[in-house]
Amino acid sequence: MAAPVRDALNPARMLRFFPAATLVFLLGPILAGLLGTALPAFGFLPALGGEQLSLRPWEQLFATPGLATSIRLSLTTGLITTALALAIVVLFAAAWHGTAVFRWAQRLLSPLLSVPHVAVALGFAFLLIPSGWLMRMFSPWATGYTRPPDYVLVQDPAGISLILGLVIKEVPYLFLMVMAALAQVDAERYRTVARTFGYGPMVAWLKAVFPRIYPQIRLPIFAVLAYGVSVVDVAMILGPTVPPPLSVQLMQWFNDADLAYRFVASAGALLQFGLVIGAIAIWCFAERLVAYVGRRWIDAGSRGRSDGAIRAAAVIALAIAFIAILFSMAAMALWSVAERWRFPDAMPSVLTAANWLERTPDLWAIALTTLVIAVIAAIVATILVVGNLELETRRPEKIAQRSLWLLYVPLIVPQIAFLFGAQILLVWASLDGGLLAVVWGHFLFVLPYVFLSLADPYRSWDVRFARTALCLGASPRRVLFAVKLPMLLRAVLVAFAVGFAVSVAQYLPTLFAGAGRVSTLTTEAVALSAGGDRRLIGVYAFLQMALPFLAFVVAAAVPAWMFRRRRDLQVTT
Amino acid sequence: MVRRTLALALGAVAWLAGTAHAQPENWSAILEKARGQTVFFNAWGGDDRINTYVAWAGEQVKTRFGVTVQQVKLTDTAEAVARVLAEKSAGRSVGGSVDLIWINGENFAAMKRNGLLQPSWTHVLPNYRFVDTEGKPTTLFDFTIPVEGQEAPWGMAQVVFMYDTAQVREPPRTMVALSAWAKANPGRLTYPQPPNFLGTTFLKQALIELAVDPKRLAEPAGEDAEKVLAPLWPYLDQLHPVLWRGGRAFPANGPQQRRLMGDNEVDIAISFNPSEASSAIANKELPDTVRTFVLEGGTIGNTSFVAIPFNAKAREGAMVLADFLLSPEAQARKQDPRVWGGPTVLALDKLMAADRQRFVDLPLGVATLPPDRLGRVLPEPHPTWVERLEKEWQRRYATR
Repeated sequence: MAAPVRDALNPARMLRFFPAATLVFLLGPILAGLLGTALPAFGFLPALGGEQLSLRPWEQLFATPGLATSIRLSLTTGLITTALALAIVVLFAAAWHGTAVFRWAQRLLSPLLSVPHVAVALGFAFLLIPSGWLMRMFSPWATGYTRPPDYVLVQDPAGISLILGLVIKEVPYLFLMVMAALAQVDAERYRTVARTFGYGPMVAWLKAVFPRIYPQIRLPIFAVLAYGVSVVDVAMILGPTVPPPLSVQLMQWFNDADLAYRFVASAGALLQFGLVIGAIAIWCFAERLVAYVGRRWIDAGSRGRSDGAIRAAAVIALAIAFIAILFSMAAMALWSVAERWRFPDAMPSVLTAANWLERTPDLWAIALTTLVIAVIAAIVATILVVGNLELETRRPEKIAQRSLWLLYVPLIVPQIAFLFGAQILLVWASLDGGLLAVVWGHFLFVLPYVFLSLADPYRSWDVRFARTALCLGASPRRVLFAVKLPMLLRAVLVAFAVGFAVSVAQYLPTLFAGAGRVSTLTTEAVALSAGGDRRLIGVYAFLQMALPFLAFVVAAAVPAWMFRRRRDLQVTT
Repeated sequence: MVRRTLALALGAVAWLAGTAHAQPENWSAILEKARGQTVFFNAWGGDDRINTYVAWAGEQVKTRFGVTVQQVKLTDTAEAVARVLAEKSAGRSVGGSVDLIWINGENFAAMKRNGLLQPSWTHVLPNYRFVDTEGKPTTLFDFTIPVEGQEAPWGMAQVVFMYDTAQVREPPRTMVALSAWAKANPGRLTYPQPPNFLGTTFLKQALIELAVDPKRLAEPAGEDAEKVLAPLWPYLDQLHPVLWRGGRAFPANGPQQRRLMGDNEVDIAISFNPSEASSAIANKELPDTVRTFVLEGGTIGNTSFVAIPFNAKAREGAMVLADFLLSPEAQARKQDPRVWGGPTVLALDKLMAADRQRFVDLPLGVATLPPDRLGRVLPEPHPTWVERLEKEWQRRYATR
């Protein structure tokens, strides 16, 4: 092999390109997409005869009846969801960290992270509606209803059901983020010290540990906030409709038969972006307020020994979120084998396998497509993340902490704000409608999550192993492949599984990049939820939950099998 | 007004005559070109029965003509319109990703107006001659917009109401009576939320009954629109408080409304398919006590079509599929309530005896009204009314 070629293949040299490649893949399309949305927002879209810049779309946007309500709904949904989910998680962690209850919560909530939002929302809606499962379980013997009562419990005008549906799904996510952060700050010691000063366990945690972990979970919180403000698919299922939150209104405009609405929709998409930034600004302001009040509270030195009621409340709130997800999943699973399930039967009156058997070939094809896309997107993302992290350990000075923010761009910019523009870009490059385009569309959202999940274990890996190996004469490359990656295998596979789950759940990116030609379990589930047959929705929602779950099983089983003879690499928690 | 319709009709006749003399595209050459093509058929995918029917049609076209069909399941037809538009924006005038769209009404009007459709092609289809253009004028005028051969008829639709006989003894026969029934049975009626087409149709149906001069609706909406629509709003103001959820929430579309009926949340539901109730009973989505009724003054009917975008990649394949969908065999299967239950666009008296028999042999379905009891078919208002209706509805009822 000629020297230059060997040089080029030298991992140390290849690594140099990783950050650049990551940024190009990640940010290029988003910026281009935003531009493709911004031009029509100012009246420029030649295909529709818009050839001059104007403010007409904005005038039309602000003349829309109900716009103020839509904006308010988007903001309240995002802010209240985030505050509520965070409060539940933080209070629970404060009350129970270091106990058996906490370890149980960890074991039970971790798998729920992989359940797609849409599947939960579909099940949750059926749980809550007046003719839903809850009411069926208690009717007519307890409630006296032989016909469902006429209450607005789901899609209520204030968006409460939407907020609840989002909260139950965000609680497991924030909980795992808090756990990861706890591992970083040596929380046990801080709390023990506080306890020796006489603080109650909960107050000790809130005063000594929480201020240390908050900076670490800040970005995930922003992601939750941005998601809540701009979510489309869940809002279509649980959100109000008269009027809907801004994001759903935008989808309706983008899909309006009257193509002139494309201009208003684009302006609205930019407004949506502004709302996300506004929500983050409000949150940052609230942070300062809490910090100010919190500091005075800490200075005051109250010991807070009687916290029994709050501790109970925290565990109940967490349990409700857990049970709600569980029952939502069970509802969908039951529907998938129901032939007839009418109000007020608590269980389907006739069970059947026909919902599954009648469409087996179709199901396999769609499940396979979903699998292939998710595997590729997750593998590429995992490789890039490992590359970036490895480079970071070799030359830490090169990568500023700020770069982490860039990674969060796809999670914070609303999907709808750049996907329409990105679609034009894809069509122009003749890349739309293929698996490749969809893989790319998913990759934008898979990469940040893979990074989040792998960064901490990777950074906290004990470098003394590497030093020992280097002293024994191994090349850096051999250290990476023979020592580091095998030791981190479990973390790498979990990161891969997280990426896999994120890919399976993507709706809008699949729709836009796939030109509607690429069907995944999620797009089918959402398309069917527009129809009315819960039995079919159940089949797809169930598969949609099962696939990511399998990925996590694999991520747990492979290291367990490979390290079955290596005691110290086995899972100990 | 009459004169205007006449002029349109004459125009259409002249145009048909014109195309008859034009050099027709050779059908066998089209079949030749179509072989091996893959047609991406963009069709609303919210109903499993329809998807199954489309899959069947795809298999037939594959074995007979070597054309592969793949259904792109839309949640809203406008998605496909948006995609064609994105392609035009990017300058892709050939090799587009949409080959055939299931379309009508304002989606068709928008595509036609923006030049997004393949010009006149339906006269080339061998099965087009069986279409009942005389008895079903909506096959030539899609929501009053002249079709001009830019879309091939696929199915007929007529407004009916489904009702549960276990809850409703005597169904109301006018929109006013329907409102009175709702007042007596609060919370047991709803309609899909406009701008969903079925919800908008509910509004149109009420408007036709309430308007001072319903004929005015055949013309484009103009200065007097506010006055024409005026009688509708007091009607809805009275109706909404007694609707399901007090009119504070609406089902998103027809199937969701049907599910509410299946969940025993409502007793009466509007439908655009006379045999929807029968199919849904067979499918166990609705209880077998459901039947259908129509209104005394007649109900709105229309035709849905398939159209080919200007830049379709598999243009010939799409034409072959469109022709197969028009064939007596495919149309009879479509009308079978055990399969789909969608009424045919063909004129039975134009068919050969064996083909006619296919239709005669079909079961009617337990909840379907026979053709002679479906009542008068009313034309769709001009598409310009749709936007007025939707905007004003939005302003009044969706802005709290």
